[in-house]
Amino acid sequence: MSSTLPPFTLDDLRRVLREAAGADEGVDLDGDIRDADFDALGYESLALLETAGRIEREWGITLDDDTLGEARTPGALVDAVNAHLSAARAA
Amino acid sequence: MSARAVVTGLGVVSPNGLGLEEYWRNTLAGRSAVREVTRFDASSYPSRLAGEIDGFEAGEHLPGRLLPQTDRMTRLALVSADWALADAGVEPDDLPDYAAGVITASHSGGFEFGQHELKALWSKGGQYVSAYQSFAWFYAVNSGQISIRNKLRGPSSVVVSDQAGGLDAVAQARRQVRKGTSLVVSGGVDASLCSWGWVAQQAGGRLTTRHDPERAYVPFDAEASGHVPGEGGALLVVEDAEHARRRGAPRVYGEIAGHAATMDPRPGSDRAPGLRRAVELALADAGAAPGDVDVVFADAAAVPELDRIEAETLAEVFGPRGVPVTAPKTMTGRLYSGAAPLDLAAALLALRDGVIPPTVATRPAPSHALDLVTGAPRPARLRTALVLARGQGGFNSALVVRAAED
Repeated sequence: MSSTLPPFTLDDLRRVLREAAGADEGVDLDGDIRDADFDALGYESLALLETAGRIEREWGITLDDDTLGEARTPGALVDAVNAHLSAARAA
Repeated sequence: MSARAVVTGLGVVSPNGLGLEEYWRNTLAGRSAVREVTRFDASSYPSRLAGEIDGFEAGEHLPGRLLPQTDRMTRLALVSADWALADAGVEPDDLPDYAAGVITASHSGGFEFGQHELKALWSKGGQYVSAYQSFAWFYAVNSGQISIRNKLRGPSSVVVSDQAGGLDAVAQARRQVRKGTSLVVSGGVDASLCSWGWVAQQAGGRLTTRHDPERAYVPFDAEASGHVPGEGGALLVVEDAEHARRRGAPRVYGEIAGHAATMDPRPGSDRAPGLRRAVELALADAGAAPGDVDVVFADAAAVPELDRIEAETLAEVFGPRGVPVTAPKTMTGRLYSGAAPLDLAAALLALRDGVIPPTVATRPAPSHALDLVTGAPRPARLRTALVLARGQGGFNSALVVRAAED
């Protein structure tokens, strides 16, 4: 069923971050943020928890706490979400 | 000798004025903000009037990161704190770590945030509840958010004693200043004009069910029938007088000179209500005699029995019609934990300008023996003001403010 889902992109993450937690005025979220630390982007753990919750809801996956804790950058979180999506497709 | 606690900054968010001077101008002009609720459809409820704040756009004042994690109450509180600090000429970054704290009062926490998330829970499921619900509904949410935003890491807390809490919080700020904290942002801002908050208030039995804004919230009137709720309040910068002097604070509005809080006896008891003791103890704490008090800002419950107790207390302590009494909250509705800090701001401005703001709507019942200032502001030489606040459940609080020494 989830085989039709497109991959999760950095732009998807930008949108979800804005909806979940807003954006810091001092940060250009549309810039090159792939390898920036979430802390430097102004997102603390609760912002990431809310972001993850929205991704889970929208993409129909479950992200465990370890995945969240280890993904310190947008790039790492995008990769982690896509890994879950691939696993879901394979299943 | 313990430090004197003075007020050096005021931030006001009131239904009849956003910002200190707009509030004061409209209050002296007797402009009421009581009207039909617009925030949600209240037409099917017995009570339909409120004091609502117009023209507040949180995004104009606060960073985008704070919006998803706050409701209207906390946004108003954050802006009020910003204004109070700016008014005091305080740059929070310049203060040493732990030198300044935040002590606010709360009546019911972030009720509107909670309503939104409960709605999500029951209509869509637990996955749809915001992670920020974990703190956004807390009683302490305003203290916490103000502390984080301004990096005020000194003694911080929340006081919950309904409307009396607005004074109790300022008294706690004074205690911390006396223990060595340089400065405390204190007071209260409340807002729960949402259907869930409304139903809770309605069940409490103290809301008027009158629908005429001109005659709905009329404390000390023979037709008193309960109150109209409102949203807003005030935050104050309560500061060690010596700290204020050293840093060259732009102004000192006055001193928090005395305070006392008491509890009423249990219902049905034959012991006297606690308000009189609160007044007498607060005066004693301030080293003031009844004759020193130039004006009283009344709690003004507009519940007949509570009005009688307050009027009798004032007549007993000050003599019949012995002191001018006012209730500018008749223009805003009762703001719960925000009410008394707003009265405190009005009292300090009254001391500054030598004028007592009026009570509106009320036609004072002669049986109360009060010198209630109605109709127009009354010029007067003012040096000492007494502010009273009571909370549902038997809370009484009295606070004395004194004009700054010249």
